[in-house]
Amino acid sequence: MKKNKVLIQDLITYGIVFLMWGLVLLMETTGSMTSLLRGLLVPLCIYAILAISLNLTVGILGELSLGHAGFMCVGAFSGAFFTRCMEGAIPGVGLRFFLALILGAVVAGIFGILIGIPVLRLKGDYLAIVTLAFGEIIKNLINVMYVGRDASGFHFSIKDTTSLGLDETGVVIIKGAQGITGTPRAATFTIGMVLLLITLFIVLNLMHSRTGRAIMAIRDNRIAAESIGIHITKYKLMAFSISAALAGVAGVVYAHSLSTLAATSNNFGYNKSIMILVFVVLGGLGNIRGSMIAAIVLTALPELLRGLNDYRMLIYAIVLIVMMLFNSSPKAIEMRGVLMEKFRHKKSAEKEAA
Amino acid sequence: MAMLEVKNLGILFGGLKAVDNFNVTIEKGQLYGLIGPNGAGKTTVFNLLTGVYKPDNGSIHLDGVNITGKKTIEINQEGIARTFQNIRLFKELSVLDNVKAGLHNHHPYSTLEGIFRLPRYFKVEKEMNEKAMELLKVFDLDKECEYKASNLPYGKQRKLEIARALATDPKLLLLDEPAAGMNPNETAELMKTIRFVRDNFDMTILLIEHDMKLVSGICERLTVLNFGQVLTQGETSEVLNDKRVITAYLGE
Amino acid sequence: MSFLSYLINGISLGSIYAIIALGYTMVYGIARMLNFAHGDIIMVGGFAIFTAVSTMGLSPLIGILVGVVVCTVLGVVIETVAYRPLRGASSLAVLITAIGVSYLLQNIALLVFGSNARQFTSVVNVPSLKLAGGQLSISGVTLVTIVTCIVIMLALTTFIKKTKIGQAMLAVSEDKGAATLMGINVNRTIAVTFAIGSALAAVAGALLCSTYPSLTPYTGSMPGIKAFVAAVFGGIGSIPGALIGGVILGVIENLSKAYISSQLSDAIVFAVLIVVLLVRPTGILGKKINEKV
Repeated sequence: MKKNKVLIQDLITYGIVFLMWGLVLLMETTGSMTSLLRGLLVPLCIYAILAISLNLTVGILGELSLGHAGFMCVGAFSGAFFTRCMEGAIPGVGLRFFLALILGAVVAGIFGILIGIPVLRLKGDYLAIVTLAFGEIIKNLINVMYVGRDASGFHFSIKDTTSLGLDETGVVIIKGAQGITGTPRAATFTIGMVLLLITLFIVLNLMHSRTGRAIMAIRDNRIAAESIGIHITKYKLMAFSISAALAGVAGVVYAHSLSTLAATSNNFGYNKSIMILVFVVLGGLGNIRGSMIAAIVLTALPELLRGLNDYRMLIYAIVLIVMMLFNSSPKAIEMRGVLMEKFRHKKSAEKEAA
Repeated sequence: MAMLEVKNLGILFGGLKAVDNFNVTIEKGQLYGLIGPNGAGKTTVFNLLTGVYKPDNGSIHLDGVNITGKKTIEINQEGIARTFQNIRLFKELSVLDNVKAGLHNHHPYSTLEGIFRLPRYFKVEKEMNEKAMELLKVFDLDKECEYKASNLPYGKQRKLEIARALATDPKLLLLDEPAAGMNPNETAELMKTIRFVRDNFDMTILLIEHDMKLVSGICERLTVLNFGQVLTQGETSEVLNDKRVITAYLGE
Repeated sequence: MSFLSYLINGISLGSIYAIIALGYTMVYGIARMLNFAHGDIIMVGGFAIFTAVSTMGLSPLIGILVGVVVCTVLGVVIETVAYRPLRGASSLAVLITAIGVSYLLQNIALLVFGSNARQFTSVVNVPSLKLAGGQLSISGVTLVTIVTCIVIMLALTTFIKKTKIGQAMLAVSEDKGAATLMGINVNRTIAVTFAIGSALAAVAGALLCSTYPSLTPYTGSMPGIKAFVAAVFGGIGSIPGALIGGVILGVIENLSKAYISSQLSDAIVFAVLIVVLLVRPTGILGKKINEKV
């Protein structure tokens, strides 16, 4: 009985994605697709994946991460680096992109484990600020990284291109703050949609499995979870690294939707992490469908209503505060309880009268 | 061989002997009570037995296995499960999922099997649901299985905690003030349930309780703790008539 | 000599961090919340002083006073409207609200003042000090910053030790429930803490903008985060800890800018935070808190 409920809820979530997909196809065939909207399609998928994956850490595991953009950054650069390096070896762009997606996920996932081991020992605000710190460190390190390749192999430097010491066959692949240029723009809406569906599949199925139950048990009460034999570190790390790997996938798609990829504060800074967090909070902590819808609506709306763009962040901020006050303040919760009670009384009174 | 054999157990909190020279032997199938005034160190004993604190001296043997100094998770796997004085449920999970979380280690399948919904996922989940519902029935919670745990009334939350502990298939069950906050009717019902658990699950139970009606009603043997030390132990009726025990509770 | 001048500039930067860190550490110690918007209050203070001095032509001293008043009021308003209703809610909810407030302040500033950097005229008119026959020159701002920081530290310590409200702050930070039972008005005490922290933020804003004269709506956020790092470094809740943490952090930042890489200095500062939290999660002077089972 209960199982069916979960299944129906999940199917609704997938259905929304297919509905959106169908709508876009319809607009394409009827010619009502504007170039503005077309440019938004891939970012919509990217942000939806980011929001869903961050919800795994914040909503399901219950740990506030402010460094999600850092994992996206790791995925983006490792993916783009791979596609640029393999230009000769694998001529097919599609295959290269596919392999880059897997590589980006794996590298970001490994970063998730490496960062998670020390970070997940901390609690609450400390954990939040350290994830923020890691995100900033990743961004800064990539900004001073120079990588080139010539006949004798790869060369690294953290100073400039000349100190790479390349011979005349050499090509600079990562150019410090200028990043990586010449990545094929292979990311399409179709690929984005498929990846979004895969992300949903992984996160929803994980949630409703033994592993997901263990993760949520840790979130609700760590000490009780330990007392019934649940391995805390193992499941925390698992949730954190899966979340990181999925952010890595979003990063690879992002890298392949631009011709120049640079790690700036705008695309991979902590402000980006906070923006993804806004999607998650507004969509509902632990509510996967909600965070996906919030990401899509909040990305598309301000772009479509150009006039609103100046006020976009201001509106985000106000909505964020009001939502938190309404959802989490003890007084508001009490008030809602009282209202519900009144409503119920009224209903039962009506029933009795009838 | 005794189910639980504790010898000379002790822990210091910054120089203060919170528990000192604590000895107890509990036979298999016994219903054993640990009583004493507030602050006597009863919950500290539970925390030592379950590995929340590491003892500074002494030894703990469960069913012949030395579990002294092991981690909480390992001790649970060896066969000790507990409830908490201040209820610790998984509040956002359903009643059913709380018990299923307790079945975690006994009905395993891998994370990948879970994500890709391989056959074992369905098989094991079905087993888990059946086992969990069976347990919930014992505690008369089966009708509320879809409720969020935090929405249960207080008495039922206490019962759910016991059901969750039993789900880990322990040899020894530790109950920390199971009747706290219950009215006399609820307490009477709880006594029945505890006895039922002991008889039908073939369980050894150690409980902390202040409700003397419950203690004298179901406990076969008692240990009285005062200022971290054993004041006396033995048959329930003997212990409760001991003058020293009355003095410890009421003062001179 | 250049090392000495980097060091002194580092101490000066660190003094600013220390003043900002005081706001974090006091609020965290008393309300157990990370006021993410604290850095943006510095920015508001900067703009208030800028408007008073550069636009309205008031004297720098009155400008600072205006900044202090604006920030104090702002701090108390934020506390009352956004944070007080969340007392007793999860720390996640409070932190997210604080992030919302931070965004709100930045975006209001963005709408009012635009995103172009404003040239901030220094509010400090003290001649620079020449030492060692002119080889070592310490600017007036640097001197004033270090002196201000020391004065604030001493004043605040005395305030907490000697006044009734200071003692109330200590009591609330130890145990809110017990403080209430002793007749202390917890809400008022927390409001006073926000007021003091925000007033200090205005002073920090004046000093920060006098040292680095470019003022934008985002001016406060990075120094704010680094000051939080300093507060954690020194041990959250501890006033001398904020001073030690701030100064060490400022020196590390300036020296790594000078000798390692200016692009990596932020990364180094954050790496220090991570190492400190892993080795000693409560910071240099912090207390350990255990969860009761």
